[in-house]
Parts: sequence; C-alpha cells; structure tokens
Amino acid sequence: MNAFQNISDTLTLANRIIKHNLRSIDTLIKVVAMPVMMLLLMVFIFGGAFQIPGVSEDEYINYVLPGILLMTIATGSAYTSLRINLDKTTGMFDRLKSMPIAKSSILGGQVVASVIFMLVSIIVVFIVGFIAGFRSDATFLEWLLLMLLILLFSLALTWISVPFGLAAESIEGASSFSYILLMLLFISSAFVPVEGMPKVVRIFAENQPMTPIIQTLRNLLDSQAVGNDLWISFGWMVLIILISYIFGLKVYRRV
Amino acid sequence: MNTTILEIKNVRKSFKDKEVLKDVNITVKKGSVYALLGANGAGKSTLLKIVTGLLNCDNGKVTIKNIDVADNPVLAQKLFSFSSQTTTVDGVLTGYENLHLIAKLRQERNPRKVAENLLDKFELTEAKDKAVSTYSGGMRRRLDLAMSLVGSPEIIFLDEPTTGLDPKSRQELWDTIKEMKSQGKTILLTTQYLEEADYLADQIGFLREGEIVANGTPDEMKRLAGADKLLLVFNNHHNTERALKLFEFYYPIKRADCEISIDLDEEIETTLTVLNALTTEKIELKTFKMITPTLDDVFMTLTKG
Repeated sequence: MNAFQNISDTLTLANRIIKHNLRSIDTLIKVVAMPVMMLLLMVFIFGGAFQIPGVSEDEYINYVLPGILLMTIATGSAYTSLRINLDKTTGMFDRLKSMPIAKSSILGGQVVASVIFMLVSIIVVFIVGFIAGFRSDATFLEWLLLMLLILLFSLALTWISVPFGLAAESIEGASSFSYILLMLLFISSAFVPVEGMPKVVRIFAENQPMTPIIQTLRNLLDSQAVGNDLWISFGWMVLIILISYIFGLKVYRRV
Repeated sequence: MNTTILEIKNVRKSFKDKEVLKDVNITVKKGSVYALLGANGAGKSTLLKIVTGLLNCDNGKVTIKNIDVADNPVLAQKLFSFSSQTTTVDGVLTGYENLHLIAKLRQERNPRKVAENLLDKFELTEAKDKAVSTYSGGMRRRLDLAMSLVGSPEIIFLDEPTTGLDPKSRQELWDTIKEMKSQGKTILLTTQYLEEADYLADQIGFLREGEIVANGTPDEMKRLAGADKLLLVFNNHHNTERALKLFEFYYPIKRADCEISIDLDEEIETTLTVLNALTTEKIELKTFKMITPTLDDVFMTLTKG
C-alpha cells in the first residue's frame, strides 16, 4: 500500500461525497443558500435596528460577516456528520472496508470532501458579501492568515462531526450537535458585542472558542492588530482537532 | 479443482457474554459453491465479517490461498469481493458511477470499460445514467452483483443474496451464480433456504447457534432430513385400507383417517409405480402431493440427534 494509492483512493472517495452534496437540494439550500439569506437578513433588516458603538449602519456588514462565515461552516458540519452516518447505516463502510484499499481513505475521503464543500460555501458567502457592500482593508498577508484560520476551523468542525456521525444510531441524531455549534455562535460576539449581555452569559461568551476566532477574523478583515486572540484561536482549534481525531478513530474502530 | 482456496480454522467469537461462533471449521475448494445454511441469528453474518476482514475473531484463523486475512487484509481482499445482506449500492450515484467507483478503487486500468462491460452483461445499460435510488429491487441486486465482479476476484462472498427478491429475480440471480461458477469463480453464500442451498451448492454447512452441526453435499444433507414423501388422500376408509395393503412393500404410514404417506427413495420411479398400481387396482384417489423436507425438518432431525 503506497502513499500514492492512499491519496488517490482518498480523492476518489471524496469525489463520491461531493457528488452527494451537489445532488442534494436540501444540502445546497441549508449549507449555501441559508447563510447567504442570513447575511442579507442581518444586513438589510436587523442591521438598521442594532446600534453597535463605533460601527456605523453601513459598516454592520463588516461586523457581521465573520459570524456568518463560521455559521456556514457549522451548518456544513451537520451534513458531514449526516453523510458519515448514512455510510455507516447503509453498510457502505462495510463494503469499502472489505475492499483492497487504504483503510484510512474511507474516513479521509469524508473529511476532504467536507472541508472542500465548506470552503466553496465560504467563497459564495464572500461573493454575496462583496455585492451587498462588504469591503476590507486587509493586506495580502492578512488575507492569507484569514484563509488559514478558516481552513483550520473547517477542519476542526469536520473532525467534531466524525464521532457524532459514527456513534449516532440514526440520521436525526447525527446532526443534532450542530445546533450546539449554532447556539455557541449566538452566544458570542458574532452578531452583537458581548458587552451588552447579562454578566453570566457574558463571562461564558468571552471565554468560549467562537469569540476569539470571530474577533481575529474581524480584526484581520479590518487590518487591525489581532493580539492574543490569534493564538487563543489556534490553540482552541488544534485542541478540538486533536480530541475529536483521537475520539473519532476510537469510535471508527468499533463501527 | 481439488485445491483448497479458503480455510476457516477453529474460529470463535463472542460479543460480551454471548458466544456467537463456537469453533467453526470450514474448507472451501477452488471453483466450488459453498452454502452456509442457517436461521436468523445463527452467526452467518458474523462469520462472513470475520472471513472478509471486517471483524477480528477471538480465536482461530482464516486463510485465503494461504494468506492470513487478519494479518494481511489488503492482500487477501484483492482475492475476493463481498456483497452484504443490505445490497450496498450507492443510491445517489448512477449505476455507471457505482461501477466506475469500485473499478477505480480496485485499480482497474480502464475503469470506464470495466463499468460499461458489466452494465451490458447485467442488462443495466439502459438505466446506467439513472440514480440507483430509482432502480427496482432486482436491478439493485444485479448492480450489487456486478460490483462484486469488478477486479476479477477469485472468491465471491454473498450474504443472503436472494432475501427479499421476487421469484423471477431470484431465478435470474441463481442463473448468474451458476454462470459465475462455470467461469471458475469460488462462491461462498449464506442462506436460510434449504431449497436454495440444494440448487446452487456443491457443499453445504449447517450453522446452528454458532456451530457447524452438519456438513456435506446437498444429497447427504437431505438424507439427514429424511426423504421426500408422497402423500395420498382417498375418498373413504375402504380405499385407504386397500392402498395400505397394496403398498405394504413401501412401509406406508397412516397420517390421518384417509391419508397415507410413502417415503420416496427413487422419486419419479416410486411415484409412477404407486400411481399406476392405483389405476390398475381401480382405487380412486382424491388427491396426492409431494412433501419435501423443509429447513424445519432438518432442524428437527438435527436437534433430535
């Protein structure tokens, strides 16, 4: 089993999952259309009502876009979990595992397809954002750092969805964890500043992983100093990937 | 023809406290069809999972052409393909895409051609660009079987291949299995039906509660279950008594007031002799039928022994 075959098997299997995503209207609506609608809703309907200190009404789209990006990835992860669960319950994993292929490519294909699909949806959201008035002062290096952060976040949420998808008994159960992710987004600085939240909620909001990631993205797009938030974000994401990777493989061996 | 291709030796498996397989031994000859016969929960699927490298056994080993499946799964897997009970085809992909995917994964040099040829062979060319979710049960099973042939495996494992199929599709599948055999493939299939094992297999292994309780050729198995019986039903007592006397030689058994049964060793010959004798003696017959031993009868015989 050489490395070349391993990569080729992974890509072949990733291609299969991408076809699944593209042929499912439901997936396309929820993962691509929903975040776009959310962005437009936030900017053109809620935006006028929110008064955020230091942010003018026109600039609200700049404020809210990072949160929408994370939301896009979070909804995408629900479908990763769902596809993994489907392959488990329909016996597809067994068929693939009984074939002479690199066994890591079975889960690997799912992970690669998930990250690619998340990145494509992110690009769509960015394009709509630009049309709706989003502007950025970020330098090339800042854009690069931003891309790295988004890639890492996609990878983190993909790996979180692996154990959930593998362990769940049904499709309904598989994607339920993504609601927790969306909740975390709402209880963060994604849409409104944490300063206005009740004390207990605020302490939680300031110390959960979503807030530093959003702050870093926001500052990068605004070409501002990122400070410690960058390292805290990286720390969280590496930790999440590590834990869910170990846990995911453990569940995978039992399936 | 007489070389062993698959050897299952002293395989044991327990899930928690439950012993699912208790010391299973099976030898399959190259080019033969082996039927693993057993009821639901006998351990058939678990055994197949161990043989195909999906599950590790607690004890014993499985070798395919002297390659240990547990030690060298990928090498062994090149030699076989496995179709599970659930007909694992990808419903979202088209028939062509399903075959193309497997052909690519099995390192076929020309996956396109392999897919096209198999579609043609299994009469799926017309539906090749339709999503498999729109296929009928029989078509799905055909596609599943076509997928098993990609990569020219020497052994094909089929887990309950005809469960849930209508009689026509079942006959088609039987024909395909016979054809695969004639092309030199070795086939190990599991089934709940004695009839199926009888029709397809060279060797039958009877799995009950995780143990091979009997094995042999179909004829040997049937002898174990008792011969076919001819059931004669008469209009009245008088005729029944006359027939009993007339067929004394066959040791007839009186089953009910006007019913007698005769064991058939030579099916056609005995049946014809009996019916002819009834005509010449002018004993009027209400009806007659053949009783073939069922899996239940095999069960009964084996539990009695």
